[in-house]
Amino acid sequence: MADLLLELFSEEIPARMQVDAARQLDSAVSKKLKDAGVEVESAKHFSTPRRIGLYLTGLPKEQPDVSEERKGPRVGAPEKAIEGFLRSAGLENVDACETRSDKKGEFYVAVIEKKGRKTADVIAEIVPEVIRGFHWPKSMRWGTGSLRWVRPLHSILCTLDGKVVEFEVEGIQSGELTHGHRFHGPEEIKAATFEKYTERLKDSHVILERVERKDIIWNEATHFSESARLELVRDDALLEEVAGLVEWPMALMGTFDEAFLEVPEEVLVTAMRSHQKYFALRDPKTGKLANRFIFVTNLEPEDGGSAITAGNERVLNARLADAKFFWDQDRKVKLETRIEKLKDIVFYDKLGTVYDKVQRLKPLAVELAAVTGANVKPTEQAVALAKADLVTDMVYEFPELQGIMGRYYALAEGLDESVGDAIRDHYAPQGPADRCPSSPVSISVALADKIDTLIGFWQIDEKPTGSRDPFALRRAALGVIRLILENELRINLVDRIMYAGRQIPNSQATKLDAAADDLLSFFADRLKVYLRDKGARHDLIDAVFALPKQDDLVAIVARVEALGAFLDTDDGKNLLAGYKRAVNILRIEEKKDKTSFDAKPQKKLMSEAAEKELADAIAEANKAITASLKVENYKGAMAAVAHLRAPVDSFFDDVKVNDKDKDVRANRLNLLNQIRASLEGVADFSKIEG
Amino acid sequence: MTDAPDRSFQGLILTLQQYWAAQGCVILQPYDMEMGAGTFHPATTLRALGPKPWNAAFVQPSRRPTDGRYGENPNRFQHYYQFQVILKPSPENIQQLYLDSLAALGIDWRNHDIRFVEDDWESPTLGAWGLGWEVWCDGMEVSQFTYFQQVGGFDVELVSGELTYGLERLAMYVQGTDNGFDLEFGGKKPDGKPFTYGDVFHQSEVEFSAYNFEHADTDTLFQHFKDHEAECAKLLEAKLPLPAYDQCIKASHCFNLLDARGVISVTERQAYIGRVRELSKGCCAAWLDSPQGRSDKQEDA
Repeated sequence: MADLLLELFSEEIPARMQVDAARQLDSAVSKKLKDAGVEVESAKHFSTPRRIGLYLTGLPKEQPDVSEERKGPRVGAPEKAIEGFLRSAGLENVDACETRSDKKGEFYVAVIEKKGRKTADVIAEIVPEVIRGFHWPKSMRWGTGSLRWVRPLHSILCTLDGKVVEFEVEGIQSGELTHGHRFHGPEEIKAATFEKYTERLKDSHVILERVERKDIIWNEATHFSESARLELVRDDALLEEVAGLVEWPMALMGTFDEAFLEVPEEVLVTAMRSHQKYFALRDPKTGKLANRFIFVTNLEPEDGGSAITAGNERVLNARLADAKFFWDQDRKVKLETRIEKLKDIVFYDKLGTVYDKVQRLKPLAVELAAVTGANVKPTEQAVALAKADLVTDMVYEFPELQGIMGRYYALAEGLDESVGDAIRDHYAPQGPADRCPSSPVSISVALADKIDTLIGFWQIDEKPTGSRDPFALRRAALGVIRLILENELRINLVDRIMYAGRQIPNSQATKLDAAADDLLSFFADRLKVYLRDKGARHDLIDAVFALPKQDDLVAIVARVEALGAFLDTDDGKNLLAGYKRAVNILRIEEKKDKTSFDAKPQKKLMSEAAEKELADAIAEANKAITASLKVENYKGAMAAVAHLRAPVDSFFDDVKVNDKDKDVRANRLNLLNQIRASLEGVADFSKIEG
Repeated sequence: MTDAPDRSFQGLILTLQQYWAAQGCVILQPYDMEMGAGTFHPATTLRALGPKPWNAAFVQPSRRPTDGRYGENPNRFQHYYQFQVILKPSPENIQQLYLDSLAALGIDWRNHDIRFVEDDWESPTLGAWGLGWEVWCDGMEVSQFTYFQQVGGFDVELVSGELTYGLERLAMYVQGTDNGFDLEFGGKKPDGKPFTYGDVFHQSEVEFSAYNFEHADTDTLFQHFKDHEAECAKLLEAKLPLPAYDQCIKASHCFNLLDARGVISVTERQAYIGRVRELSKGCCAAWLDSPQGRSDKQEDA
């Protein structure tokens, strides 16, 4: 058994790509080894800013031997055919073949024994293939070479059981050498085994394990914040990114000018995190941001960090000075007077400017206000100002603060809190975990914005395809679903879509109809995903959506829930079986007679007690179902349906559908059809599995 | 060179010139035209194409009319200096060469945190892109580092490494000042103190901001744009890529001024960028067919 160590050493790899690249290296090499019959005991990959690598254990020294059988011509086949076969199998004469026999007689079989190759040779073949075929999100050439890598690739370390596996990729010869930290350990390191490798890297100031780097950063950061009696603001994404920017992390703490604390804290945190990759700190007593920050260096400075800290403090103070300048300047101009400038921002080519979009949202949001219970005035105000912060200096500088700044500026102007909240929250919810707005004005604007976006892109035929969803339309649809369901809004979605659709520039009635239809089925799909995540069965959602005019999401969900509960009962299960049986029989007989049995069954043709009972039960159930559905009592409708179970069961037990008398037979088939019709008033049972 | 490098603005330039001259670069003087970035210099754009090696370094004044702040913002100027280095093909040790240049400027890695942070570069007007980093020193971006992949829409044959030092930023860092106008530029005034960056450029920032935003005549500029565009096409027909490229640079600057005057709408903006790109593509194509742009062997064959 042998261990494989592979390291690809390059110039700085973007932080966001490192982990995926190491994983890809692992899976590509492991797969090719497996294909070559080389099994691996354990695999481990690693990445730092300058290297991705792989450590595999328990490789056999050789590939297993394999014997391959090749079927040849029949015994007694023409000479030429046999000669050709022998040549292709690499055999001298027929005696080297075995003969086998089947129904048609005897035939030749060549058994070719293949000796397993040395694992090292297999690796020497595989690794260059993996490197050449590697997929980076963006790759490049350098110097005079033709190899593509994320940044120039400098060396390849590849050893099996401590010995170099020799190969060459575009001029780079594999070896057992690598380099340590760019500044602390630039010298060559010889490391033929994984143990030596990690040990020598650590001596050369490289922490190979990402988790270890993260721990060091977090522990040091916590240490600093605790010693300052502050609380570190947890930010896992930032921690992950920073761990990809350093090989030898060291956290330090800096201070910024207290005067900047008057700027909204989202701005301070964003300026620290997005531009500078700094962690923010809070005062646990007040819960407010402190004028301190933690930053992570890739160095153990000789002066203990005073120069680095001073430098970072200067940079952050300059950044925050900019931010404060924007904050002060932006508040001098009212949001209302900014609206005009939205004409300069294109929303999307064929969908006009952001100004146009805001104009479209107005009537839509006001209409929705009637359902959400929002007051019209704040709704109008919120929708008009919803996008105005896009033309502030702050949002230009920090796009991720859109909405948040709008709210601050609105409140600074003295506008109503509900208006400010709606400006901030109309982008929400962004995804399944995001907070969903619950105040009426916010809901109205948030819904209007998303519905406009969806039907707009649908009308110009820019729908999501496969994994491509550049305008995040799936997220928008999920947003609509969550807004409606979580706030229990009774809305006919199609009406709202059509209304919104007619506002889109160059909207054509025929195209809009088709687009709205298609969008509704997109909603059905998204709803399925949403409900499935909550544990509902997708076939039940289909069964409800198949009913005519299903666009009231709250009703749909209530129906799905009632249906699910019903099908979990014995009555439900048996009735579903009875339904399927009825449908099967009908399908066969309708095909045979080339007709459909949708006439009303006649009492006078009923001779058996069971069929009379069923007919009565159906009539009664229909009445009860209609009454229940009218008041949206879906549980009641299911209960009414449940009463059909016993009569349906006895009908199938006691009555022979295919009677000799053709009228009786037709009458019974008509009765079966009634079962179908009656159940399908509640849900399309044909879509239900099981 | 003395142990303590001259930290004045001009000292910085002199140090960089000397350093890169020693690395085998041609030290060029600024191109005598208004341009938005050093990359527009024909010594970068055109020389990056074709099979011939090329090493050059130069200061290029960069004009970005929209960045004018009438001399009131200490960090933002409509005219500033870039120091450009282009090494073609990019040598194996280019990162080390760059780090050594910082050391020559007095930035010691033992006490400063120098980092290569992902930053890909793209110029829609030049039809060019590359991959690389912005280089951070203690959290501040001090340089841009790019491996050119495409220029003028053409895949490069040899990959150039391009280094761009933002000289004002770097000087502010080295001198420890937060106000660009307070930078020590160099020379000596009668009182024995050095001239400041403000002494040299403040009035020019004020006046050019007024020109860029208020006085530049837009009708004239629109006309100039068309004229340069037409002239460029004519020169390309005459197979004169260098004069044609001058017209492209001029058209690009006209566009930048019009942009600052706020007379180009969002949709028009894309169209104008596309028109400049067409010019630069044409120039690059013609360059590839010129003596310095093609291989010598091709001529023999």
